[in-house]
Amino acid sequence: MIHDALIGPFTEFEFMRRALAAVIALSLAGAPIGVFLMLRRMSLVGDAMAHAILPGAAVGFLLSGLNLFAMTAGGLIAGFAVAILAGVVARSTGLKEDASLATFYLASLALGVTIVSIKGTNIDLLHVLFGNILAMDDQTLLVVAFNATVTLLVLAVIYRPLVIESVDPLFLRTVSRAGGPAHLAFLALVVINLVNGFQALGTLLAVGLMILPAGIARFWSRDLTVMICIAVVAAALSGYAGLVLSFQTRVPSGPAIILVATGLYIVSVLFGRVGGIIRQMFPGRHLEA
Amino acid sequence: MAQLAFRNVTLGYDRHPAVHHLSGEVASGALVAVVGPNGAGKSTLLRGIVGILKPLGGSIHLGGLDARDIAYLPQSADIDRSFPISVFDFVGTGLWRATSLFGGIGKAARGKILRAIAAVGLNGFENRPIGTLSGGQMQRVLFARVLLQDARLIVLDEPFNAIDSKTTADLLALVKQWHGEGRTVLAALHDMETVRTHFSETLVLARGPVAWGPTSEVLTPENLMVAMRMCEAFDDSAAACAEDGRSRAA
Repeated sequence: MIHDALIGPFTEFEFMRRALAAVIALSLAGAPIGVFLMLRRMSLVGDAMAHAILPGAAVGFLLSGLNLFAMTAGGLIAGFAVAILAGVVARSTGLKEDASLATFYLASLALGVTIVSIKGTNIDLLHVLFGNILAMDDQTLLVVAFNATVTLLVLAVIYRPLVIESVDPLFLRTVSRAGGPAHLAFLALVVINLVNGFQALGTLLAVGLMILPAGIARFWSRDLTVMICIAVVAAALSGYAGLVLSFQTRVPSGPAIILVATGLYIVSVLFGRVGGIIRQMFPGRHLEA
Repeated sequence: MAQLAFRNVTLGYDRHPAVHHLSGEVASGALVAVVGPNGAGKSTLLRGIVGILKPLGGSIHLGGLDARDIAYLPQSADIDRSFPISVFDFVGTGLWRATSLFGGIGKAARGKILRAIAAVGLNGFENRPIGTLSGGQMQRVLFARVLLQDARLIVLDEPFNAIDSKTTADLLALVKQWHGEGRTVLAALHDMETVRTHFSETLVLARGPVAWGPTSEVLTPENLMVAMRMCEAFDDSAAACAEDGRSRAA
């Protein structure tokens, strides 16, 4: 019975196996990015970027269908355009960068929805906004895996400057010029992973599989490496459990995955070893040192 | 021989000068205190020296040093201590030039890091996250990183702020050790007693130079009073600096 409920869907149906493989690839790449987004206090920037890249991804979608290469390229162009425009306006007018970004991402989101609405169907719009991981074909799965691989390789290259820039940016600027390129590469990885998440979770929830696992990890460890590992496991677990939930209850797959992650997050907020509410209420006897 | 030379340098932000028309030289191996009230431009000057800020006018010459030879200790407030990084890893960033993006931290490098941590009295703190340290302990960690950088020019931004006298004494001993080794040290400081006792040369700064020379001669009540009365004007409609115009014409 338990085997049928938890394992059965994956042994029986190929689309479920593909979905599971995709969600694991998304977790391996997206969760570490989410950890850095959170630690660099950019969680909401990630959310804003998810909306900002919609027009580019939508144009790619309309030109080539659900071709992740086209959507990634379009998303990258739109994402960087919005990031650069927001930065230019902020620096030339004194407007705060987050306010500037909010303006541009909203405009970008409206433009994206308009493009899809005019040229596509309502089904297309729903697909882009909410995704459908259960409809993933082999080619798309390969693109998701490719993007995840590229993400991990680039992250390995920029890991050190990214860490130092996060904790002590002035120091990094005195010893290296890697900070700027590392930040730009990181933004590119954010966009790549958001687009990667489109198919599975849609525009609105793509950032969820990045940020929620990072938030979960924050409550269990003070060590960056351990946090990244916990975030990956939490994301993969949410993906697996979300797929099972979706299969058994007909809840759409994207929301199911994010709801499971939210459940894990609530458990972490309550019982987390680092700053969890219960831990704070009942800390136990104080230590000797 | 000059390790550091300022040629009519102006440093600031968005065209507003924070340090205006500073000229002078720091000899190789000198131990220089930079003093002045809040907003005098001390941190700005130090950021200009280490290359974080580009001069709005004039130039800074590093006497043949490149970025590799400069160690910078920023103010603690510029560091995000909520970031989950251990004392060992944080101090280890001082080896950036040896390790860069991919260089491994081998046995020798680990030994160097552990010795630097021990030298600042933080034995046993290696695995502690920096967020759990006190202000004084964090300052010791920053000094350990400077030690590891093994630089010829050392620039310290308010290194003894809000730390107890024991920690200050320990860290001052390190500063004097660096001076004894022939390294050039510049430090922005607030405590005049520390400056009088330990620093042979002082620059009194108040957005522009007030006095610069042997500490016993320049650290006078008159100079400090002049510095206290510095102009803190910040005016978006101010005219372009006439002195810059003259120097360009010349």
